[in-house]
Amino acid sequence: MDIHEYQAKKILSNFGVTIPRGGIVYSPENAENKAREIGGSRWVVKAQIHSGARGKAGGIIVCNTPLEVAQATDKLLGKKLVTNQTGPEGKIVNRIYIEEATDIEKELYLGLVFDRSSESIMVVASTEGGMSVEEISKEKPETIIRSKIEVAVGMQNFQARELAFGLGIEPDLIRRASDTIIGCYKAFSELDATMVEVNPLVISKQKQILALDCKMSFDNNAMFRRSQVSELRDKTQEDSKEIFASDRGLNYVSLDGNIGNIINGAGLAMASMDMIKLAGGAPANFLDVGGGATPEKIVKAFKLVTMDEKVKVILVNIFAGINRCDWVAEGIVDALKKIEIKVPLVIRLAGTNVEKGNKILKESKINYIEANTLEDAANKAVAALNK
Amino acid sequence: MTVLVDKNSKIIIQGFTGKMGSFHADEMIKYGSNVVGGVTPGKGGSKHLNLPVFNTVKDAVNETGADASILFVPPAFAADSAMEAADAGIKICVAIVDGIPSHDMIRIKRYMRRYTKSSKMTLVGPNCAGIISPGKSMLGIMPGHIYKEGRIGIISRSGTLGYEAAQQLKNLNIGVSTSVGIGGDPINGSSFRDIIEKFETDDETDAILMIGEIGGPQEVAAGEFAKENMKKPVIAYIAGLTAPKGRVMGHAGAIVSAYGESAIEKVEILKECGITISKNPSVMGDTVKSILEKM
Repeated sequence: MDIHEYQAKKILSNFGVTIPRGGIVYSPENAENKAREIGGSRWVVKAQIHSGARGKAGGIIVCNTPLEVAQATDKLLGKKLVTNQTGPEGKIVNRIYIEEATDIEKELYLGLVFDRSSESIMVVASTEGGMSVEEISKEKPETIIRSKIEVAVGMQNFQARELAFGLGIEPDLIRRASDTIIGCYKAFSELDATMVEVNPLVISKQKQILALDCKMSFDNNAMFRRSQVSELRDKTQEDSKEIFASDRGLNYVSLDGNIGNIINGAGLAMASMDMIKLAGGAPANFLDVGGGATPEKIVKAFKLVTMDEKVKVILVNIFAGINRCDWVAEGIVDALKKIEIKVPLVIRLAGTNVEKGNKILKESKINYIEANTLEDAANKAVAALNK
Repeated sequence: MTVLVDKNSKIIIQGFTGKMGSFHADEMIKYGSNVVGGVTPGKGGSKHLNLPVFNTVKDAVNETGADASILFVPPAFAADSAMEAADAGIKICVAIVDGIPSHDMIRIKRYMRRYTKSSKMTLVGPNCAGIISPGKSMLGIMPGHIYKEGRIGIISRSGTLGYEAAQQLKNLNIGVSTSVGIGGDPINGSSFRDIIEKFETDDETDAILMIGEIGGPQEVAAGEFAKENMKKPVIAYIAGLTAPKGRVMGHAGAIVSAYGESAIEKVEILKECGITISKNPSVMGDTVKSILEKM
């Protein structure tokens, strides 16, 4: 689960990270007052969407008067921002963060992620803040320093100090910098985060160490014990079909193609998408109804796939284990009584009681194309598209 | 020998009296697995499916001599149950459950470092289908009848894609020595490398089929291990050629976040390690067959 910049800043400040003064607003009037309340003579108006690279998309505006702050807020609110991370449809701006402008002396990068090889938490830092970590690793890999943190004992002061010295921070600020790094580590480990990124982490002309922009993501599997974090979810930033899916226990990812998929198991779903591509087609979605493929889930899956207007063919591929094919077939027949399908439908069943399952499908009055193997299913789906 | 489980494995079910635990315990018993009891804290002393229920794993081990366990406890309590099994002297534990927080998985693995290599429990999963040695024992939730007895070792992150492979092999009259589902999570108990190493020394296995997917370093680590240390042929398929970067594809661990984690990159690296690639998921069985014919 992702959260907004202002929410991440609030969390990190609770762990001892210094952030510029700021506040969230929902209207231009609000914004003008907030700017006066914050004080100073320059402000940054920041569109809150779940994406980086907002600056290049026009989502961050520097203002010199409270009136300009109001105008900038007015301009951004309700707008859809398209960044290189949002996809062409963009993300809607419903919240604006107003922040005092910072006099930047130096921009640094600080990120924390899980390292899957060593199964520990990896802290990554670089002197080249302001660029994305991908850009840094491509263009200035020599500036990257890493520190692996043993989770059983947590991050030690010396590890944070080594990183701070490694970033070339002047001696007077080392203490403050290591406290900032340890604060980020604690937020990561105590809140079930999967990513904390402060980019840039800046040293101001006034010699403060400030988190100027931050991002945090959390482990969805841990939300049962992180109620305060889960309340920060903003569904307006998510794909509506993906919300529909996750609320119903389905794993769904919206894609660009036109062959809709209903498959049980994530690996089999990816494999079926690969077969579609090899057959010359393109998948409209990834959809895993779960290993069990219960009739309820199949009904929900048909609803979801038929909501997508790009879908011109639907491919169902179920490998039934303990949930037998005859039971799955009854689920499909039942689903199709409730939902009208206007596009060609290809069904491939495999596994336990496959003959019985196919017989049930044939004897029902549903209009479909039977397929036997993964390859056969993909070829028939692509052929149906071209008819 | 057999990899991880055999006819003599004495199995207990953790989360025995729950719906999932009961159903799959029954399936395992029907398959012929030697299930000797189960654990549900607070229900010790009672009987379930005609088998004894214990309050703790230690009690179960002391009374039954159990050496294998399978977890059907909810994700919030799964880490605790896995550590309890390790501490009670269980040798092999399969965690079926999907949804264990990554921070908990790291905690389990840290906890298990206190044991020496010979006394350390092997954890398989979470978010997996489990283990089956066809005709001998099933410590999992797979449909046992799709696996023919034979000499191919299967390792798969995905459950249903592992079934697909077993079925393709069976249709070609090729059997399986052991199939291990290592699960779809980013941090798991056993990696591809851990399991192929076991297959290399297993005298009932001739070749290994490894079914990977996008995300994480484990397929490549296994490939590099195979290149240096293995004599038996390894065949691999990597799912997710069409998966977009940075998106989680169902499995929590199926996300491309670094170089070498996309399907195309993994395939290239594995080829360099001398591994035979099944070019698509429909020919996993055929690819294994062609390798067997060359042996």
